[in-house]
Amino acid sequence: MKIAITSYGEDLKSKMDKSFGRAKWFILMDSGTGSFAAHSNKQNVNAAQGAGIQAAQNVVNLGAEALLSGNVGPNAFRVLSAAGVRMFIVQGDKTIEEAVNEWKEGNLQEITEATIEGHWV
Amino acid sequence: MKLAIASGKGGTGKTTIATNLALSLADTGIHVQLLDCDVEEPNCHIFLKPEIEKTEPVTVAIPQVIEEKCTGCGVCADVCEFKAIAVVKGKVLIFPELCHSCGACMLFCPEGAFREVPREIGILEKGKAGEIDFIHGLLNIGELMSPAVIGAVKKAGGEPDVLIIDSPPGTSCPVIEAVKNADFVLLVTEPTPFGLNDLELAVGMVRELRIPLAVGINRSDVGNDDVKEYCRREGIEIVLEIPDDRRIAEAYSRGEMVVRALPEYGKTFEECWARIVDLHNHATQAGTSVGKTEAEG
Repeated sequence: MKIAITSYGEDLKSKMDKSFGRAKWFILMDSGTGSFAAHSNKQNVNAAQGAGIQAAQNVVNLGAEALLSGNVGPNAFRVLSAAGVRMFIVQGDKTIEEAVNEWKEGNLQEITEATIEGHWV
Repeated sequence: MKLAIASGKGGTGKTTIATNLALSLADTGIHVQLLDCDVEEPNCHIFLKPEIEKTEPVTVAIPQVIEEKCTGCGVCADVCEFKAIAVVKGKVLIFPELCHSCGACMLFCPEGAFREVPREIGILEKGKAGEIDFIHGLLNIGELMSPAVIGAVKKAGGEPDVLIIDSPPGTSCPVIEAVKNADFVLLVTEPTPFGLNDLELAVGMVRELRIPLAVGINRSDVGNDDVKEYCRREGIEIVLEIPDDRRIAEAYSRGEMVVRALPEYGKTFEECWARIVDLHNHATQAGTSVGKTEAEG
């Protein structure tokens, strides 16, 4: 299963980035084999608007089936849920590795609605 | 004459100057129309207390997918500069509040699978404040497209002797929408480092639009002389100085007009208007630049 994790860096020791739309990187991992690749989200970090939508579109295009992040806003939620991407929220300050392990152990909360309001509100 | 009152910095006194200038001109028998284009938080009505006679919705055109024609190809999402469209699993998702109504999705869709539908984002209110024709716009809470409401307010304006536009603060799209096509811009500032910094930005913007301009300084006897120095250097005339008079603040806090509560200020606004008319006439004769052009500066 392909999972996407929002990250500050390009490897598994990196800290998770708690924001979704403006996360620095997306780590795309095959949870079965543990192989991964980092995808830059640079174009959305300073986007004037629509960062969540575009980031969600990218995550969907990468073929992710689940997302691990700190928060998901309403627009990103709409895109990800339309694509059937399951969303899990990571609490606290975690590395990518730690977050993936928590997810594998079934300790992450799956969300059924956005966790924060849109940033324009 | 279309006069826009603008400022780089917020809270400098645009509304105070716009409303009092409007009232002092109306008092002399001039037909004045005031357009409050600060549609995110209009406040001229607090002071002018107009009687609203007409309310109209302001709509923007947004795309709607014609499902049976859509193939889910994703071209619309690719061409959307504003990230207002996502296409996942062959399904088009539109985010109306991000749409700038540019029409690119409709233009590029190879299947012709879009139609335009109106979406209300605010309202216009028109009325009379004494002899002043009054129009303001109100952007709905949570909406982003203030330029569309500002454009609607300006379009609703008529052909009075003097049209005064109260602009939103800053130098971004809403301000440019409010200021563009004005005959003259009065930039309001205060004699502080913040006031000067934002004045410089606003002067740059207005010069880019090639509209003649002058400066008004509010609370002119506080702070320092840097704003005056800057104006001197740039060849910009200061046509209005309002002192830091506690009685003005008190009248303002009660929602009263300065020229009513303190009639001696009527002359200040009349003189300011006379200088603006002079500068405007001068600029019209000499081309559109007031002060140094960028090439000279």
